[in-house]
Amino acid sequence: MKPKHKISLLAGLLVTSPVVLAQPEVPVNLPEFKDGQYVHSAPTVEDLKNDDSIHPELKKVILKGRDMFMNTQQHRGEYVFNDMNCKSCHMGEGRKNWSGPVWPAATTLPDFRGKNQHVNSLEERIAGCFSFSMNGKPPAYGSDDMLAMVAYHRWLAKGAPVYEKNIGGRGFSHLGNEKPELDYERGKQVYAENCAVCHGDDGQGQKKDGQVVFPPLWGDHSYNWGAGMTRIFTAASFIKNNMPLGQPGSLTDEEAWQVANYINSQERPQDPRYTGDVKETREKFLNFHKHTNYGTVVNGKLLGDHDNTGDKPFLKPDVLRPRTFE
Amino acid sequence: MKILSHLILAGAMTAVASGAYAAGGDPERGAQLAAQGDGSGAPCLACHGADGSGNNAAGFPRLAGLDANYLARQMLDYNTGDRVSPVMQPNIDNFDEQQIRDLAAYYAAMPVPATTAPANVSDEVLALGEKLANQGDWDNYIPPCSSCHGPGNRGVGETFPAIAGQHPNYIRSQLNAWKSNQRNNDPNQLMTAVAERLTEEQINAVAAYLGSQSATTK
Repeated sequence: MKPKHKISLLAGLLVTSPVVLAQPEVPVNLPEFKDGQYVHSAPTVEDLKNDDSIHPELKKVILKGRDMFMNTQQHRGEYVFNDMNCKSCHMGEGRKNWSGPVWPAATTLPDFRGKNQHVNSLEERIAGCFSFSMNGKPPAYGSDDMLAMVAYHRWLAKGAPVYEKNIGGRGFSHLGNEKPELDYERGKQVYAENCAVCHGDDGQGQKKDGQVVFPPLWGDHSYNWGAGMTRIFTAASFIKNNMPLGQPGSLTDEEAWQVANYINSQERPQDPRYTGDVKETREKFLNFHKHTNYGTVVNGKLLGDHDNTGDKPFLKPDVLRPRTFE
Repeated sequence: MKILSHLILAGAMTAVASGAYAAGGDPERGAQLAAQGDGSGAPCLACHGADGSGNNAAGFPRLAGLDANYLARQMLDYNTGDRVSPVMQPNIDNFDEQQIRDLAAYYAAMPVPATTAPANVSDEVLALGEKLANQGDWDNYIPPCSSCHGPGNRGVGETFPAIAGQHPNYIRSQLNAWKSNQRNNDPNQLMTAVAERLTEEQINAVAAYLGSQSATTK
């Protein structure tokens, strides 16, 4: 703490400029972009307001989509049955690099998707988020609400090359396949020291005046067992580059892996693809669940061995279905 | 009339209970301490007002209605030196922890006075302040205030105080204190990280905006 002042005072003596930029106490440490990668600068709301080339009616629809994205809880009990908003994981309005920016979905889809083994549209990709991360029921394909969501994604992608897949800042930046030996107690310690102040001692999150401020990380009101975030590497990468809020890169890779494992060793609503048998479901979707603790025993307990769907009064939304062209 | 006074009493007791027992303090003893002071300095109400509303010109914060545990933590931090203020320290250094919790309970249970004043700044400055408060400036990695201080920036729990309806001069001085590392009693450097990325223009704008907002309206 103190050396910062010594450095800035010293710099002030050497440089006569009144603005002395000392080394920040809390630097923003994000991954570098690689050579040859497309790096997008997504437009802002101000850009939208000032863009005369966009029809006023389209502006309204884009802003509606943005409003749904930022405050998805307005559709609680309709599309969303947990405490999540889109922005809970896609930070900075879905624009931010390494925070799961959403515009690449608009430029890289339709495409084959490993998770469901068929070609997905942008609408279907959005429906996936609602089905798993929001533990919900997506807006119907072609509906006004789905169109608004699609419009927001498409507009954020403005200027980005279609089907360019070498994108800097996409996803959360994979921490790599080399992970430390995962230790529940070690993860618990990292959680207590870095996460509990906002997300609570039991991962329950915090609300104020009925509104979610810090989303729950496990339990009935968090993402379900089919959400991408249940994969340890996804959560570890998200945490490393986005958490604690405002301090990307402050945890070591090891801490991020451990705390991701700890969070994803807790119970949460059932995977909508549940067959009625957790081990069978794990095997059936092993391409996904090989990265999760679902259907494995942690602390003597078989995770995901229940019928609990949280606040959602059904297991599987109808839109989750295979698609073939034969 | 009797029913009405009972209702008011019940409401006051509910408010007292939620504020007081959270901090383990006695608001009645806190009221006496606020008027008496710690024996060696100014009593609390001399600067923070009999209604706990503080004073913008002097930079004294509003205390009324803030979270009891937050208030207690700040006073305890003054006495351990984890938070430094040459003005505050001499006025509370003789209070023990129980007395501090009594004071915190007293101020937490106070009704929030209408401190909101029209901001004496341009619409452009207010708009910038509102954007920072509710949308942030993510391109410079500044999350919105509301992402921790909650809806309407009315505070969340014992860690994130209400900043809506707080005096602009106080908000400005605290943001500058964090930015220059004069204040660093925030858990996990959560405030330091944001404050040090704010420009002077942004600090002035967000302070003006927050000061113009109601601390109670939902």
